Amino acid sequence: MTTRGFTGRRPGAEAAKRLPPGQYHTPDFPVLSMGPTPQVDLATWSFALRNGPRELARWSWAEFEALPRTRWRGDIHCVTKWSKFDTEWDGVTIDDLLAAAGVAAPSAFVLARSYDDYDTNVPFADLTGGRAMIATRFGGAPLPAEHGGPARLLVPHLYFWKSAKWVKSLAFTPRDEAGFWELRGYHMYGDPWREQRYTNDP
Amino acid sequence: MTGPPPSPALPSRWTEAVVRRVHPLTSRVIGVVLDAPLATPLAGQHVDVRLTAPDGYQAQRSYSIASAPDADGLELAIERLPEGEVSSFFFDVAQPGDTLEIRGPIGGHFVWRDTDGGPLLLVGGGSGVAPLMAMVRHRRAHAPGVAALLLYSARTWDEVIFRDELVATAAADPAFHFVAAITRAPPARPGDYARRLDAPLLRDALGRWGHVPRHTYVCGSNAFVEGVTAALVADGLPPRSIRAERFGGTP
Repeated sequence: MTTRGFTGRRPGAEAAKRLPPGQYHTPDFPVLSMGPTPQVDLATWSFALRNGPRELARWSWAEFEALPRTRWRGDIHCVTKWSKFDTEWDGVTIDDLLAAAGVAAPSAFVLARSYDDYDTNVPFADLTGGRAMIATRFGGAPLPAEHGGPARLLVPHLYFWKSAKWVKSLAFTPRDEAGFWELRGYHMYGDPWREQRYTNDP
Repeated sequence: MTGPPPSPALPSRWTEAVVRRVHPLTSRVIGVVLDAPLATPLAGQHVDVRLTAPDGYQAQRSYSIASAPDADGLELAIERLPEGEVSSFFFDVAQPGDTLEIRGPIGGHFVWRDTDGGPLLLVGGGSGVAPLMAMVRHRRAHAPGVAALLLYSARTWDEVIFRDELVATAAADPAFHFVAAITRAPPARPGDYARRLDAPLLRDALGRWGHVPRHTYVCGSNAFVEGVTAALVADGLPPRSIRAERFGGTP
């Protein structure tokens, strides 16, 4: 369906290849959050791995900073249509977290929980093989609070609402449980290349 | 945070919408009224709009719904953005009868129902007033007894979107207060502020209002929302009672 008189402003050929359907490129780093930015104190910060209610492992900030670190560089895609290219993150991969905890995944589904009570679901398979990390640095500097600092989940191959800001735990769940936005009309999986924005998208 | 889905309607598939009316709201913002077969939205929800060029190139953007949920026609308030490929279409091209594609209603968090009650605090910066306007209109029609305060920051009195309607609503309804913070010009009304909407202003305005808000909705640029929400939390409002919607971000 052509829109009369609409010509548009196309991205360059290189950018067009990197943009999932319906996305546009922005050089900025937009901020989307459901409420106020929580102020998380590093002195009391901790991050936990859980199997449902049972704690598998917990790290203080100092302990977390001592874990093996990985750098990831690439593009991120927000369901509100912006994509940002060549972002650079440092953190601890979920593979390294599980190895440090000495545990194997007890189920195939994970719910990430945040300090502001936000949560979001991700299949465990999408968190392993170096595809996801708990990121504590952005562009070489400590992650700013507005962007999820001190630590956020980073799952860059899914829409960015899955990359929970201010993350405090990953909990394995027996089934795929909907999180905050997934209960409010957003897709359970959220693959930007298949444009899975909302609940009823294929 | 879990619970039952607060939004009764799932977003529609892409569907055709017809432009009914395009009208200026301020020198930089137009109202676009669409006829579209969407489910009844909740006040505060938004829609996705998709435009298609003759060669198949498409652009999508999200716009808040400013009209009341049960209004006849869906009103969007669209600000002209520099190099905005979608906003420039609405400003320079769109006419009544034009068709485009739309999905919605979308978003189940930044919403207020008349049954949610109050006291209700709405804080808007610039075009961030759009979803708050849907709440003002919804409240006026269905819950006029709910104590409500709209604090609205704009550069000049002429850039206050929906200005005449807000003034008239406040004049007709003693439970609805409308206070403007004008940043680049003298205020036009006694009781308005001639400065930035910062922490001292918020404290002063809430003191004059005399209610402790039970539900707060803040919408505007990221810097605006960050400042307002931090100030409200610092003054003791529970973070969970504050809902935010932001545009833009950090460089």
